[in-house]
Amino acid sequence: MPGPLDLNIVWASLPELFSGLVVTLQLTVLTVVGGILLSVPLGVLRTSPNRFISGPIWAYTYFFRGTPMLIQLFLIYYGLAQFKAVRSSGLWFILREGYWCCLVAFTLNTAAYTIEIVAGALRNVPLGDVEAARALGMSPFTILRRIKIPIALRILFPAYTNEVVFILQSTSLASLVTVMDLTGAARVVIARTFAPYEMFITIGLIYLALTYLTLWGFRWIERHLYRHLRSRKEVVSEVPVLR
Amino acid sequence: MALPAFLDLKGYGHLLIDGALVTVSVGVAAMLVALTLGILGALARLSKNRLLRAVGATYATVIRGIPELVLMLLVYYGGTVLLQELLSLGGTEVRVDINAFMAGTLVVGFVYGAYATEIFRGAFLAVPRGQSEAGQAYGMSNAQVFLRIELPQAWRLAIPGLGNLWLTLLKATSITSVIGLTELARQADLIKAPTKMPFTVFFMACLLYLAMTAVSDLVRMRAERWASSGFRRS
Repeated sequence: MPGPLDLNIVWASLPELFSGLVVTLQLTVLTVVGGILLSVPLGVLRTSPNRFISGPIWAYTYFFRGTPMLIQLFLIYYGLAQFKAVRSSGLWFILREGYWCCLVAFTLNTAAYTIEIVAGALRNVPLGDVEAARALGMSPFTILRRIKIPIALRILFPAYTNEVVFILQSTSLASLVTVMDLTGAARVVIARTFAPYEMFITIGLIYLALTYLTLWGFRWIERHLYRHLRSRKEVVSEVPVLR
Repeated sequence: MALPAFLDLKGYGHLLIDGALVTVSVGVAAMLVALTLGILGALARLSKNRLLRAVGATYATVIRGIPELVLMLLVYYGGTVLLQELLSLGGTEVRVDINAFMAGTLVVGFVYGAYATEIFRGAFLAVPRGQSEAGQAYGMSNAQVFLRIELPQAWRLAIPGLGNLWLTLLKATSITSVIGLTELARQADLIKAPTKMPFTVFFMACLLYLAMTAVSDLVRMRAERWASSGFRRS
């Protein structure tokens, strides 16, 4: 008879969980990188006074922030097959794979949230700083590069830290489209050993550790980057907050 | 009920509407759980009792560090096996089926209760202490001070945060589909094959979620206006 918590099963499954952990971290890092690449330029354009530029970006962020990530993932993983053009295109061998669909869906999702974070931070750059730069004769692009973006980065740091934690946790959805991430690996072990609570508690603890390592890591970076501004109270939250 | 042509989906469209109704029901039920846990959690975190404070802090810290999907699977599959083993200790082999609606409501409520705890904690802290003290000076009991002075004002301060919580919670109910609850995401998943239009089906599901978001936004704006009536901005 199995005991209350069969640790042997957990011990024996560690190699599988480790390879799952690697996939989880890969997905997280690649999503973060993809999200940044998309959201910095689009975040800048989102603050454009021209509605033909900011409007479509608003529509994109509204759609992705107003619908569940799970459905977005399914829309890409199952949905794209509906179109013959996609199936016969050269991209099909990529978009057939759960892993790549996850990367696309997660990146589009996090970019939507991050664009609004970037745009919000840009709007909160003190007007006086921008005016001073203008008075010095800087061009709009130089102002953006030297004044607005550095100040905005500092403002958005806490919110972005939180976003990274959300990405980390959301990668668990990958297990629903056959990806062997941490959650996927645990489910395979459970199908074999029938030990659900041992495995789910174990991976829960791993996610917990990853979450707080991420939070502490980013707080450490923030403290060092902005050491000269320590008197300001802009520290990263102790726990993840709502997106 | 006749559906507009674009929502018909070869006759399967009404299933999406059914799913959306289940989504709203799970959402509302889970929100009630979250609000209850949020108030209790905030009271625990603000209490003078060290043990209660530790329980409140652990709840907020642990739940937010674990993905909802993992918690959902843990409670549903883990809970089933655990109950089965506990019951079979008595010698009889029993088959346990946890109700998906209950499990989904409880897990989503439990997760978002952890976020609600933080919202209510901030709101309770923002109620001026002098007011609670004035209540005590009138001879109100602790419960009376809480119910008549602190809670009504904390509600008002919590409403913007709670509006945001509701929008996130509503989307999060989609993970109850993994335990077989036939809400919107699950219905879309079920009809994607028979309709042979997976993209259209999931896109329609997205539009239904957006419609719920838009309605919630309107309600939230009204609630915020209602909550701030009688208060002037300085």
